Amino acid sequence: MTQRGAAPDGRPPEIPPAAPMRTASLEQPSRRVHSVSGDGSDPLLRVNNIEVVYDHVILVLKGVSLEVPQGGIVALLGANGAGKSTTLKSISNLLRAERGDVTKGTIEFAGTRIEKMDPSRVVKSGVVQVMEGRRCFEHLTVEEDLLTGAHTRRDGRRAIKQDLERVYEYFPRLVARRSVKTGYISGGEQQMVAIGRALMVRPKLMLLDEPSMGLAPQLVQEIFGIITRMNREENVSILLAEQNVAQALKVAQYAYVLENGRIVLDGDAQTIQGNADIREFYLGLTEIGKKSYREVKYYRRRKRWLA
Amino acid sequence: MEEFLFFMEVLVSGLLQGFMYSVVALGFVLIIKSSGVFNFAQGSMCLFAALGMVSFWEAGIPFWLAVLLALLMMVVLAVAIERVVLRPLVARPPLILFMATIGLSFFLEGLAQGIWGTQPHGLDIGIPDRPFKGFPIDVSQFELFAAGVAILLVVGLVIFFHRTRIGRALRAVSDDHTAALSVGISLRMIWGVTWALAGMVALVAGILWGTRLGVQYSLTLIVLKALAVLILGGFNSITGAVVGGLIIGGSEKVAEVYLSLYFGLGGIESFFGYLLAMLVLFVRPYGLFGDEIIERV
Ligand SMILES: Nc1ncnc2c1ncn2[C@@H]1O[C@H](COP(=O)(O)OP(=O)(O)O)[C@@H](O)[C@H]1O
Ligand SMILES: [Mg+2]
Repeated sequence: MTQRGAAPDGRPPEIPPAAPMRTASLEQPSRRVHSVSGDGSDPLLRVNNIEVVYDHVILVLKGVSLEVPQGGIVALLGANGAGKSTTLKSISNLLRAERGDVTKGTIEFAGTRIEKMDPSRVVKSGVVQVMEGRRCFEHLTVEEDLLTGAHTRRDGRRAIKQDLERVYEYFPRLVARRSVKTGYISGGEQQMVAIGRALMVRPKLMLLDEPSMGLAPQLVQEIFGIITRMNREENVSILLAEQNVAQALKVAQYAYVLENGRIVLDGDAQTIQGNADIREFYLGLTEIGKKSYREVKYYRRRKRWLA
Repeated sequence: MEEFLFFMEVLVSGLLQGFMYSVVALGFVLIIKSSGVFNFAQGSMCLFAALGMVSFWEAGIPFWLAVLLALLMMVVLAVAIERVVLRPLVARPPLILFMATIGLSFFLEGLAQGIWGTQPHGLDIGIPDRPFKGFPIDVSQFELFAAGVAILLVVGLVIFFHRTRIGRALRAVSDDHTAALSVGISLRMIWGVTWALAGMVALVAGILWGTRLGVQYSLTLIVLKALAVLILGGFNSITGAVVGGLIIGGSEKVAEVYLSLYFGLGGIESFFGYLLAMLVLFVRPYGLFGDEIIERV
């Protein structure tokens, strides 16, 4: 895939080199607005204080705000049931198909409000979600499945064919499987098809929902490697929902931690990695005795404050 | 030799009739593939389409134009069904959609009879339901024609499903409609297209069966035979609809003729298909050609 709207050197000029954190905002005293665009430019995606309700009554997200900067990789961490998938589905608007609704707040993509947009228009505007559990079309062949990603495109057969070859470059393993039905390929290959298919959309933003789920550690490494490569070479910004905190923090520049439908912590990847509670609860590195009491208290207090 | 020719005659006539069952079954398959719902209104759509076509023709519109107009009418109907019935029921359980098609069925029957009246219309498309002269066995010209139409229809549909962008999207929706949404396939468009296709198939079925039985209310009952075909062939397979139709058409005719000849049993034709379908159900619950449930690795 060729670079879109990028500078001749292949990198878009607006990517901030690092993502320092702004600490506070005055508009909303009760919570911080998390701005990761260090240089003050507008982020590609801005989720602003959204509330999500399923079936008209089940409140799942209770005011979630996050941002993805142009060209960045942002991780959305949290345990099972925290609301990661729900957050991604509200952005792609696949929520409606599961009888969910964004009842409060706004979602802006490249300056346009998208929270009420039809999913197919969201895709056309450049946002694609790779759903949890590598949902392939099991009776389609690998190649047909990949081509469904080009469904909304109108730039002609030639461009689509080129992108297909590009996907096979990223996932050489799929070449030999191109005419096998996706129902009969391995889990790792299915994940590759799911990501490759999303790449066929030519997205500006990819929402990845637990790509590591159920895969062997080596495959996880491989997939995450490809995610960073896509980010770099295709200029796709990425919002990565993961329970695999260690892996996610390796590739992301910035991370949000979601608990019970609320963001309880956010910061750049190193800061989050260093956080004692993250180390204990998510990374399984116990440091009892070494842990600073003040840090724990801060985290607990913050949790209570937001709860 | 005489015996054998007679057997062939019975068999071929049954197989040709089977093609006509297949056409009816195809309509169901299309809707099941796209929306996962058994369309109770398929028979009413046949009546609606055929009644419309006959009425246009009787009003003095040339045959092909009348067919074209009826086709257009079915497309408009499909769009209306998508807007009024399907869209508000998105993401509801299939049972609710099924009940909606029951409502739709009565609405269509009422509407058809309201506009075009209740009296039966004869339909003669100019192909005699008589055997060719000089053939070793008697084969009805009309049945041969109907089989040809059915084959054309199936070939057209298969090409559409496997060689076009929309067809591929349609198969994707049939596998996993949320995943299809996630790549930007519009369910509304897909539903509109499949209901229009099902309307087209209903028109063809309505004309073929209307020629044979007359265009009247009982046309809605042809779906009863299609049900056996669906159980036998599988609810979501085009191949299943064709092969199922042939098996049931052929075997029920042979059973009818020979069992009544040798055992004096009559009326077997009316239930033999179901008997066969039930036997298959025990062995292959998703039918002979239904999409297998692929066990995840
Ligand atoms: N379609 C739905 N209807 C009702 N509740 C749901 C639905 N989907 C998810 N939930 C609930 O929302 C919460 C968050 O789920 P989810 O977003 O899938 O979390 P995660 O992806 O972090 O595991 C869970 O408590 C879950 O039970
Ligand atoms: Mg999830």
